[in-house]
Amino acid sequence: MTAPRPPAVRIIFGIASWLLTVAITLLGLAALTFFIGRVLPIDPVLKIVGEKAAPEVYQRVFLELGLDKPVWQQFWEYIIKILRGDFGTSFSTTRPVLTDLLNFFPATLELSTLGLVLGVVLGVPMGVASAYWHEKWPDHLIRIVGLIGYSVPIFWLGLVGLFVFYYRLGWVSGPGQLDVFFVGVVDRWTGSILIDSALQGEWEIFFNAISHMTLPTILLGYYSLAYISRMTRSVMLDQLTREYVLTARLKGASEFRVVMGHALRNAAIPLVTVIALSYGGLLEGSVLIETIFSWPGIGNYIYSSLFAADMNAVLGGTLLVGVVFVFLNMLSDVLYRTLDPRSR
Amino acid sequence: MSVIADPIIDPKRALRAARIAEFKSFARRFMRNPLGMVGLVIVIALLVCAALAPILATHDPYLPALSDRLAAPGAEYWFGADELGRDIYSRIIYGSRLTLLIVALVIVTSAPVGLVIGAIAGNYGGWVDRIFMRITDVFLAIPKLLLALAFVAALGPGIVNAALAITLTAWPPYARLARAEALIVRNSDYVNAIRLAGASDFHIIVYHIMPMCLSSVIVRMTFDMAGIILTAAGLGFIGLGAQPPLPEWGAMISTGRKFIFDQWWVATVPGFAIFIVSLGFNLLGDAMRDLLDPHLRQRR
Repeated sequence: MTAPRPPAVRIIFGIASWLLTVAITLLGLAALTFFIGRVLPIDPVLKIVGEKAAPEVYQRVFLELGLDKPVWQQFWEYIIKILRGDFGTSFSTTRPVLTDLLNFFPATLELSTLGLVLGVVLGVPMGVASAYWHEKWPDHLIRIVGLIGYSVPIFWLGLVGLFVFYYRLGWVSGPGQLDVFFVGVVDRWTGSILIDSALQGEWEIFFNAISHMTLPTILLGYYSLAYISRMTRSVMLDQLTREYVLTARLKGASEFRVVMGHALRNAAIPLVTVIALSYGGLLEGSVLIETIFSWPGIGNYIYSSLFAADMNAVLGGTLLVGVVFVFLNMLSDVLYRTLDPRSR
Repeated sequence: MSVIADPIIDPKRALRAARIAEFKSFARRFMRNPLGMVGLVIVIALLVCAALAPILATHDPYLPALSDRLAAPGAEYWFGADELGRDIYSRIIYGSRLTLLIVALVIVTSAPVGLVIGAIAGNYGGWVDRIFMRITDVFLAIPKLLLALAFVAALGPGIVNAALAITLTAWPPYARLARAEALIVRNSDYVNAIRLAGASDFHIIVYHIMPMCLSSVIVRMTFDMAGIILTAAGLGFIGLGAQPPLPEWGAMISTGRKFIFDQWWVATVPGFAIFIVSLGFNLLGDAMRDLLDPHLRQRR
C-alpha cells in the first residue's frame, strides 16, 4: 500500500482531475458541433453556397472550409479557431458569430435570470409546503400545478398568454423588448435593458421594458417552478423523516423553526444543484419563448439563422449555450462541495 | 393431477401462475391510483384515435375548402377550420398517428442503444466504462432541444430526421440507468455462478443485466414519452419537424400563430391536444414509478 498523500497534494490532484473532466466534456461538445456542421451534411459546401453556385465559387468555399484536408486535421483547426474565439462569420448578419452572440446573449441572460428568480422564490416554498402537508390537499394542488407545467408546450402557452393578456385584456405589452419608438434611445452599457435604462434615468423606458418582459418572465418562471418545486418536495420529504427533525421537535422548537431552520437548511445543499441545472434548462427554454415574443436574444438569433441556413451561427449559438451549461454544472459541483461540510 | 402444481415438477406452470398473480396485484394497486387511471385513459384514447382515425374523423384532413377558410368552431367544423379550410378536428385525430409514430421511433431506437451502452460499460468496467460514460456525459451536458435543432438543421427537416435528432438526445439517461444496474448485478453471486459455468459476456449482458433494468427503463420511458412529444412539437413549431401538409400538432400551432389574435382556435386547439397527451404520459409515468420503482417499493 502506498502512503496516504498529504492533504495539499490531494486537493491539487482533485482539482486537476476535475479540470480534466471539464476539458474533456468541452472537447466533446466541440466534437459534436464539428460533426454536425462538417461531417453530417452530405455536402457542407452546398449547404453554404446553394445548389446553383458556379463551380469557381464552390471550389473557393471548398478550400476555405479546408475540406481537402483529412478530417482529423480539420477538427484540429476547428478547435484552434474556437479557442481563439473565431466561430466563423454569420452569413445572414455578415458579422463574426462571436460578436453577434455577445450582442444577443445579455438579453437572454436577463430574461432567464428573472425567470429563475421567480421560479426559486415561488417554487421552493411550494415544494416545502408540499412536503410538509404530504398527501394532503396542498400537496395535491401543488403537484398538479407542477404537472401542468411539465406537460404544457411552453411556446403554446406563450401564444395563449399573448392572446389573453395582451390582445384581450391589454394588461401587458406585446412582443419585442420595447415599444418601437423607444428602441435605440438607451445607450448600450451592460446589454440588460432594465439595468441600462435605470442607470441612465430613463424610467419611462424602464417601465415599458418591464411591461414587455412580464409575460415571458412569468412563463419561464412557471417552467422552472414546476421542476424546482418537485425537486424541493422530494428533498424535503427525505429530510423531514430524519431523526434530527424529531429531536428538534422534542426539544420544543416551533414547527416553523423545525421546517425552515432545520430541514430546509439541510435540503438547501442539494437544492443548489437543482437550481443551477434548472438555470440551464431556462436558457434552453428561452429559445422557444424568445421566438414567440420576438425577444432579441440568443434563441431568436438561432431561430432566424436556421432559416437563413446559416450553420455557423446555429452551431456557434449551440456551442455557447452548451458551454454555459457545462459551466453551470461545474458551478453546482463547486457549490455543493463548499457548502456541504461532509464533502470537504 | 393435483390442484396445486408442484413447483419442482412443473416449474413453467408455477412461473406462469406467479406472473399472473404478480400482474393481478399490480393491476389492483394501479387501479387505486386515480391520477394514474386518468393518465391510462388518456393514453388509451390516443391509441384509439390513431387506430380509428378514418372512422372518427368527420372530414378529409388534407382536402382544402377555401370557402370555409378560418371558419369558427361550430356544428360543421367542431374545432373550426384552418387557413385552407381544412377541419381542425379531423387533422388533430390524424395527427395522433404522427405523434405516436415519432414517440415510437424515438423509444425503439434510444432505449436499446442506451441499454446496450450502459450494460457494456457497467459489465466491463475500467477503461471501457470511463470512455462510454464520458461520451454519455457530453451528451447530457448539451441542451437537448438545441442539439436536436442543430442536428435537424444539418440533416434537413422531416419527421424521421426529427425523430433521429431526438434519439440522439434521449439515449444517455438509459445508459446511466443500465450502467448503475449492471454495476450491482455483475458482482452478485448468481452472475458469478453463471460466469463460472462458462456463460459469455454477451449472455450475461443480454439475459441477466438487461432484464434487471427493465422496470426502471419502463418508468423512464413513460416519462420520456411526454418529453419526446413536447420536443417533437417544439421542432414542428420551429418548422423542422413534420412538413406541411402533414397534420402534426406542433406545425399546426406554427401556422395558427399568424391568426392567433383573430382566429384563436387555429393555434389553440392543437396545443390542447399536445398538453393533454403529454399530461397523460406524465400521470401514467408517475403512477408506474410509484408501483415499479424498487426503491419506493421496498418502503412499503
